[in-house]
Amino acid sequence: MSSASKHIVSDRIFILVWLALLALTGVTVAVSHIDLGPWNVWLALSIASFKSGLVIAFFMHMKYENRLLKGFFFCALLTLAIFIGFTFFDVHYR
Amino acid sequence: MSSYFDTAPRSARGFLDSGESGGGLLSWIFSTDHKRIGLLYLSAIVCLFLIGVLLGLLIRLELIAPGETLMGAQTYNAVFTLHGVIMIFLFIIPGIPAVFGNLMLPIQIGARDVAFPRLNLLSWWLYMLGGAMAISALFSGGGPPDTGWTFYVPFSLETTTNVSMAALGVFVLGFSSILTGLNFIVTVHRLRAEGMTWTRLPLFVWSLYATAWVQVLATPILGITVVLIILERIFSTGLFDPTRGGDPIMYQHLFWIYSHPAVYIMVLPGMGVVSDIIPVFSRKPIFGYMAIALSSLAIAAFGSLVWGHHMFTSGMSDMAILVFSLLTFIVAIPSAIKVFNWVATLYKGSIHLDPPMLFALSFILLFSIGGLTGLVLGAAATDIHVHDTYFVVAHFHYVMFGGTGFAFFAALHFWLPKVFGRMYDRKIANLSWGILFVGFNILYFSMMVVGLRGMPRRYYDYVPEFTVLNVMATVGSWILAAGLFLMFANLLRGMLRGAPAGDNPWRAATLEWSIPSPPPAENFAADPVVTRGPYDFKGAGLS
Amino acid sequence: MSEAAHKDYTGAKLGMWLFLFTELILFGGLFILYAVYLHRYPAEFAAAGSELNEVFGAANTLLLLSSSLAIALATSAIQRGAKGRTLWLVGATIASALIFMVNKYVEWSAKIGHGLYPDGPAMLERPPGEIAFFSLYYITTGLHGLHVLIGGALLVWVWLRVAADAIHAEDYVALENSGLYWHLVDLVWIFIFPLYYLII
Repeated sequence: MSSASKHIVSDRIFILVWLALLALTGVTVAVSHIDLGPWNVWLALSIASFKSGLVIAFFMHMKYENRLLKGFFFCALLTLAIFIGFTFFDVHYR
Repeated sequence: MSSYFDTAPRSARGFLDSGESGGGLLSWIFSTDHKRIGLLYLSAIVCLFLIGVLLGLLIRLELIAPGETLMGAQTYNAVFTLHGVIMIFLFIIPGIPAVFGNLMLPIQIGARDVAFPRLNLLSWWLYMLGGAMAISALFSGGGPPDTGWTFYVPFSLETTTNVSMAALGVFVLGFSSILTGLNFIVTVHRLRAEGMTWTRLPLFVWSLYATAWVQVLATPILGITVVLIILERIFSTGLFDPTRGGDPIMYQHLFWIYSHPAVYIMVLPGMGVVSDIIPVFSRKPIFGYMAIALSSLAIAAFGSLVWGHHMFTSGMSDMAILVFSLLTFIVAIPSAIKVFNWVATLYKGSIHLDPPMLFALSFILLFSIGGLTGLVLGAAATDIHVHDTYFVVAHFHYVMFGGTGFAFFAALHFWLPKVFGRMYDRKIANLSWGILFVGFNILYFSMMVVGLRGMPRRYYDYVPEFTVLNVMATVGSWILAAGLFLMFANLLRGMLRGAPAGDNPWRAATLEWSIPSPPPAENFAADPVVTRGPYDFKGAGLS
Repeated sequence: MSEAAHKDYTGAKLGMWLFLFTELILFGGLFILYAVYLHRYPAEFAAAGSELNEVFGAANTLLLLSSSLAIALATSAIQRGAKGRTLWLVGATIASALIFMVNKYVEWSAKIGHGLYPDGPAMLERPPGEIAFFSLYYITTGLHGLHVLIGGALLVWVWLRVAADAIHAEDYVALENSGLYWHLVDLVWIFIFPLYYLII
């Protein structure tokens, strides 16, 4: 039952995460006005990944879930990475 | 025979008996009982399969002689497209998981139902809706699609036939497939009976579990791909149009990112059926249980790395050809592990050639032929020679029909006596297997040879040099059809009027044979406690 | 079969996560195309991206992040049995969904008004790379918008169930799972924002 595994995350943590997300959005916008060449995309993607990491870990409770679910999530991400990555064996070398 | 657990006397017709809820169609099409849903799928899938067979026979009839025999090019294109769409999306992909997974998976793990029974019913409704849409594409819009089941651009964007409706149907069918997979994963994780550890799962369950992951992780790509086709057709967005910045090869990437893993959605459950049948009719525990179980997961994982081998002649980069060709050879390893372990199980077994076993044994042979010819296609150099010839057609019919199709028939002969509590005529079943096997090989082996000689696929016409082999193939298709007719007639008669089969006619040791035939509504009177493995005939007192 | 015998919260949550994986990979298909076409047309993507209104994008980002916070707080609130607070927070999330869609509407209509839509006159004058960018922009944000609508509808249903006490401190998995869905909508936008609005 849920009550056995009920884990209530404190509101304080949620608000801190939200503030961090807002700050990171600010950083994303700021660095987008500096021309770093191809690094702009990679930097933006890194920040976006970090932001989604925060959303997943805290808002979506992944940090408090068991190893099985974490493993599944990793598999899903890996699958997506393979789909994108392997396409570039074609696109990059064409 | 041995009732392993319980059982208090209950209705002799088990879940087939509607009891106080009243009978009638409504008690079926709104039922959340996994067994009833399994039978709903079975009836729909067998009907669609027979339509697919009929279309296949028409294709063969057209090809009995060069030139226009029966239909013109446009009709021919529509017929092979529909044959492909029905057989792939409506028969082979849902076939074994939706029918036998639904019928048997919960019982095999000692559960009363799947994890989400109502979602399961929704899957069936979506299947029916998607099927109806795909079929209605024939009679609406610009007429039946003529693109082949792959909907390759640019033709699928330019043809005036009703591709959009068919693609939408495929989208809905994909949704149905995803929900079934999701349901099975959660069921296997959450509803195993006490003592049903991962190493005691029947191998059929392992294969369905691996399949379910492919369904969940690969099918969404098909979803977005067919949505893009529809959007391209309606709004001309141009994502696959080079004049608008698109790339037609990207369509092939997206399509095969799903459709190659889908090959394993099709064949893995069949491998599971064979893994369950072989030990029973060899009277021996399976050889290499863990190897078979884990190779299912390995096939599921490697299967998503090799889609590019469908595209060697598409204009893809040489680097990609190299990588995908290499990886394709790796995926042969887990398949070979399975074949090795099945053969090792047979070794020194006490082999009973009952109908399920005959189909399972022919699966091994036909699948091996299909698999090995797959390596010819996986090597880029030979693939370029035989690409888009009848060699490819023969190859995938050996895998899909000789493999999954025969496994489906094996499962029918193995489990229908459990589901209906009645036995078909075994002699006629053996005979129908023989006719099917002979017809199958005449049909597809001729295709393989004519393909090696260079006959391209998807044309209604050919040069006269190919006539003899095409006549052979067409005659083979008639023998095959006769075998199918005999088999289904025999099964139907057995289902309705066969002699009582008893609870465990095959003396098998998995859980479904420990409960009455047909199974009662919630499967088990009391939750079972499992104390032994699925092929422990000695422990079950059956040796 | 009785529903009560079947309540399995861990199973329900596992099922929801599996569904979210499929959503992730559905959008993944579009991100594959984005990656490939960005690789091919970096300059055109930068030029086209600079035409998108950064302010609208940033506003919608803030909106989604905040609504994500609200629905996360709502889950904690229902766990503590604070019904009024839950209703208020879920209501705020629904309002965010609506405002998001209004923003999207304004943004799209401005572009469409200028003939910049798939197969539109302004679109076809552009170089191929920019057409690809805008086509992907419409399809990706369109699909995302559809998910905002579905998520919003789901939350309206949750709100009604909470109000009717059908979702409460002992049985809140429907709220939790709808929340997960809403976070997914947020997650996808976290990537859409820099890749489309801020690309240079």
